[in-house]
Amino acid sequence: AVLGCQIGVEMSYIPGQPVTAVVQRVEIHKLRPGENLILGFSIGGGIDQDPSQNPFSEDKTDKGIYVTRVSEGGPAEIAGLQIGDKIMQVNGWDVTMVTHDQARNRLTKRSEEEVRLLVTRQSLQKAVQQSMLS
Amino acid sequence: AMDTESTYSGYSYYSGHSKKSHRQGERNRERHKSPRSKDGRGSEKAVTIQAPTGEPLLGNDSTRTEEVQDDNWGETTTAITGTSEHSISQEDIARISKDLEDSVGLDCKRYLGLTVAAALGLLVFLTPIAFILLPPILWRDQLEPCGTICEGLFISVAFKLLILLIGTWALFFRKQRADLPRVFVFRALLLVLIFLFVVSYWLFYGVRILDSRDRNYQGIVQYAVSLVDALLFIHYLAIVLLELRQLQPVFSLQVVRSTDGESRFYSAGHLSIQRAALVVLENYYKDFTIYNPNLLTASKFRAAKHMAGLKVYNHLFPKGPSNNATGQSRAMIAAAARRRDSSHNELYYEEAEHERRVKKRRARYSVPLSEITLILMNLRGEKRWAPPGVVRPREAAQVIFPSMARALQKYLRTTRQQHYHSMESILQHLAFCIAHSMTPKAFLERYLRAGPTLQYDKERWLSTQWRLVSDEAVTNGLRDGLVFVLKCLDFGLVVTVKKIPFIALSEEFVDPKSHKFVLRLQSETSV
Repeated sequence: AVLGCQIGVEMSYIPGQPVTAVVQRVEIHKLRPGENLILGFSIGGGIDQDPSQNPFSEDKTDKGIYVTRVSEGGPAEIAGLQIGDKIMQVNGWDVTMVTHDQARNRLTKRSEEEVRLLVTRQSLQKAVQQSMLS
Repeated sequence: AMDTESTYSGYSYYSGHSKKSHRQGERNRERHKSPRSKDGRGSEKAVTIQAPTGEPLLGNDSTRTEEVQDDNWGETTTAITGTSEHSISQEDIARISKDLEDSVGLDCKRYLGLTVAAALGLLVFLTPIAFILLPPILWRDQLEPCGTICEGLFISVAFKLLILLIGTWALFFRKQRADLPRVFVFRALLLVLIFLFVVSYWLFYGVRILDSRDRNYQGIVQYAVSLVDALLFIHYLAIVLLELRQLQPVFSLQVVRSTDGESRFYSAGHLSIQRAALVVLENYYKDFTIYNPNLLTASKFRAAKHMAGLKVYNHLFPKGPSNNATGQSRAMIAAAARRRDSSHNELYYEEAEHERRVKKRRARYSVPLSEITLILMNLRGEKRWAPPGVVRPREAAQVIFPSMARALQKYLRTTRQQHYHSMESILQHLAFCIAHSMTPKAFLERYLRAGPTLQYDKERWLSTQWRLVSDEAVTNGLRDGLVFVLKCLDFGLVVTVKKIPFIALSEEFVDPKSHKFVLRLQSETSV
């Protein structure tokens, strides 16, 4: 997995304005244990879901897609995906404002062997702030 | 002692039978009366002859305290050293004279009002008939003939008069329920209005028709019809003013009994004070529990015992230096406070003891209760078979009565209701319950709790003459914050008038679509 940092201002959500966040690029190679291609994590969230039940989000009105579980030794863990990450893009397609099923479909396209995710998390923000101060 | 008993027998005027329970009740009343005499009881009667001379008839303790307070007082009064057997007490004199003046005064007023109203009614009723009948009698040959139209008008006049008669009878001719102190303002106004109205019609008739001998008979009959129509409208006005206006509740009357604080709320419309008092009294007899002076004396005795030690007599201590006096008084106050705390304890225990005693008595008659159930069940069976010796309820009651009489009597004495139920009344009630196949519990229900005043004999009521005490004229209308008092011999009802608040009710429309709910899930999918 290639790590890259794109520096943004802060993770905020203002309706109608573009979202700015510090993101990390995560590239996952799908594993093929049998017929299915799996990535090795679980997602939750979506615009058709109830955002107040999301344990990972800071803002309880955030309807984004979050990583709720990462299976041990799976491709996602190897690629550096962590639990609680918010997925912003999947292969260039934005998933910040999609339904749960749409996000799932984007991630599990049979024709793609790799998925490149842009994820963001709180610790990234803090790390950037510290590096800017020092 | 015999003298005082005979002079106070004036109060037994209310009940003719002298039974053992009644005598006890009388003694209770006497005991209750004497401590209150200090409040100037003489002022409550209409006639007081020599108020201070009543004192020697009562206990000695009252006169002694009076003498200590004011030595000069005794010199200006004449004292009766004793009463002979032929004297009547001042209460009797006051009562007789009050009854006399009450009966004469009120009957006069009532009959005067009735005769005036009846005379006016008769005049009003006969006027249209007179209008129609006078022209044919006086100048028949000069009248124009008037055929079917007049006959139709005659019929309409006849029926309208009939309706008016029935309506007036329904509205005005009702048995008077009460004697009110002042005249009914609206009723008087209406009578005056009707009188003026009829007089003006007669004036017009006399001047324009009788004098000029008008020949148009149809016009005259129509004039009479217009009078009857107008009378019907006045009758409608009377209904609205006298009956309908007071129906809508505008005020809420809070009634509190002065002796034990029992309170109720009643609704009233736009009434005058005297009519509101009437409403309160009519509801008093059925809602408030009967006034029991024995309960009051019992609690008073208990409270008085504990209040006795709380007074701080400053003049008993010599006036020494300031710190000494304050120190002593402070010690006294502290001792009194401590004693008050402990005396509250005693009060509580005594009340708990009283309740326990009542419960024990109640438990004691549960045995005769089961006996009664058995006997009653057997009796009911016998009645169905109609045996040769038919058992009448009265005889059945006499059979059962001795077995539970003693227990019931003891219970009544514990709850201090014994003077409300004589042996005869209990027997009658038992016969009544047997005749209607009531269970023993239904029979006992009347004795378990103090019921409203209507439940008891009229002689035991102790509250039939009422006086209305009010700041304002009693014909004024009710308004918010008004207070008036209804005084009886032994107690009073304090009535406070409160206005029902203006209610602002608004509407909230609920979209039926909003009743549909969305199930919000948080699903997790593995990819």
